[in-house]
Amino acid sequence: MQLNRTELLHAYRTMAACRHFEESVYVNFSDGKIPGFVHLSAGQEATAAGVYMALEERDWIATTHRAHGQCIARGMDLQETMDEIYGAATGVCGGKGGSMHIADLDKGMLGANGIIGATGPLAVGAGLSARAKGEGGIAVAFFGDGGSNAGMIFEAYNMANIWNLPVVFICEDNGYAEATSSSYSVAGTQVARAKGFGMPGVEVDGFDFFAVLDAAKEVVERARRGDGPSLMHIKTARFYGHFVGDAQTYRAEGEVEKLRAEKDCLKLFREKVVGAALLSDEELDTIFEEERQRIENTTLASQAAPRATKADLMTDVYSSY
Amino acid sequence: MTKKTYRAAINEAMAGEMRRDSSVIVMGEDVSGGTGSPGEDDAWGGPLGVTKGLHTEFGPTRVLDTPISEGGFMGAAAGAAITGLRPIVDLMFVDFLGVCLDGIFNQAAKFRYMFGGKAETPLVVRTMYGAGLRAASQHSQTLYSIFTHVPGVKVVVPSNPYDAKGLMIQAIRDNDPVVFFEHKAMYDDEGEVPDEAYTIPFGEANVLSEGEDVTIVAIGKMVHLASAAADNLAKDGISCTVIDPRTLSPLDEETILEEVEATGRLVVVDESHPRCSVAADISSIVGEKAFKSLKAGVQKVTAPHCPVPFASELEDLYMPTVEDVEAAVRRTMA
Repeated sequence: MQLNRTELLHAYRTMAACRHFEESVYVNFSDGKIPGFVHLSAGQEATAAGVYMALEERDWIATTHRAHGQCIARGMDLQETMDEIYGAATGVCGGKGGSMHIADLDKGMLGANGIIGATGPLAVGAGLSARAKGEGGIAVAFFGDGGSNAGMIFEAYNMANIWNLPVVFICEDNGYAEATSSSYSVAGTQVARAKGFGMPGVEVDGFDFFAVLDAAKEVVERARRGDGPSLMHIKTARFYGHFVGDAQTYRAEGEVEKLRAEKDCLKLFREKVVGAALLSDEELDTIFEEERQRIENTTLASQAAPRATKADLMTDVYSSY
Repeated sequence: MTKKTYRAAINEAMAGEMRRDSSVIVMGEDVSGGTGSPGEDDAWGGPLGVTKGLHTEFGPTRVLDTPISEGGFMGAAAGAAITGLRPIVDLMFVDFLGVCLDGIFNQAAKFRYMFGGKAETPLVVRTMYGAGLRAASQHSQTLYSIFTHVPGVKVVVPSNPYDAKGLMIQAIRDNDPVVFFEHKAMYDDEGEVPDEAYTIPFGEANVLSEGEDVTIVAIGKMVHLASAAADNLAKDGISCTVIDPRTLSPLDEETILEEVEATGRLVVVDESHPRCSVAADISSIVGEKAFKSLKAGVQKVTAPHCPVPFASELEDLYMPTVEDVEAAVRRTMA
């Protein structure tokens, strides 16, 4: 995959924004400034940056509730995204969705989903819509290794294949379904499961942005051509727990430190592009710092953003009632 | 006007809307019942023939036979609805909601609210309910109270062919998720149904008869029991108002309260179980908002708190009867 300078800078900027966003949410959630539950995607930035670079505006995405980075990669308004995490009235969902249900239909984001496995069927439905529209759009379902064991995902695999829909299934496997290891909970392999439904599957190194992008382009183009669904099994890891506050006693001692040292997708990206003399350390440092500053400003604005009021409680339950 | 069956009325509503609007699709198990098979493509047209002819007219991309994957296709219908289609999804028996409730109540029902008002989810779930066909515990339940409980969903229970057509057209044109309950023992019921399209607005009860002594609110198939009971009671000089709410969410509280205030007595007839039921809900609304006009305690006529049995003797005991309604009315007069 040959990317030009602008594309490389954009990819790094996206990953840097995702990383800083999650670091900010971590700190502020821990300080009690963010309500509810938050599930951080730090460590998994290559998935967001790589897959979304392969998508187009006309595509639809149903995703998991570890999706802050994906919202950024989709080009959702950063302030509205952060505001939503804070539950502010100015959030992209008016503060009614929050971290686990953040969505932006104008951007084709059908939402993070609080229900594991629900994204598969939703993407099948969006695939039916895409086919009916006939404009070449596709639908993407993200789910984790945990979601890969949900019956709805298998039903979605089956329907997408019998109807030959423009759907891409992406199993973003960070090694743990909450606290349960995927090495324990998943029988067979994701790729073999896909093959059982007659669709191609590919296992991808989720720490390598370029590997993710290459694989995503292929499955996306296949769906767009009308050749039917595929599965991407992205093997990645998260730097934090299932939720912020998770003591992570199920992990090996030193596991996260080792990941941060050896499997940080931002560092691996840097090694590759600087090693090939495509970009310099200095310009990457500049981007990293710019994004840190941008997220800090966004965070401060979210903390000062107006809150929803009583008048908002009963609105938008129905279109009409 | 022409006499048509409840089945034909619903079929006609769907076919007309599919002609009018190409975004309307039908999906479910055996809605064609022959896709990909060596015989006829439109072999069944639904297990009880309600979608018959749609596959032939609109083809397999708009009338989709689904695998037996209720969880999958209910979620897919929600996903299709939020992205521009108007799916009519056939949940063959409402009992099967046990494997697919998520698509309706965590997804479709919540999208608009969770997404800050940006979503429209024009989804119709057609489903069969009700006892009386010896179909026993897993194919006979009356589960509309579960959906009525959930904000974001509308619930429709037509009691006759005319209402079935008008309410179905309204459901398809509606921009919110609607669960449409069809009683499996009513498909052959006949009534006057206009050929042209018409809608019946949600939240407007039908007052079948106005009386002075007792108000009977009855749901779905129970409306016919209520009317029969009212006719019998009239011979004894007891005059009853009979109300068919037609939709349970939204519920026409205003008409119910007005009529109860006029008669001072209420009987609610509901084929469902008594606890946490729509009958209990209506009783509670009246107790809260019209207590002072009540001359007697509210009476409920419902199925008992047991699963639907198989044996004919037991199922007959399970089902509310005209005599049960008459007895309940007399209790309020005692």
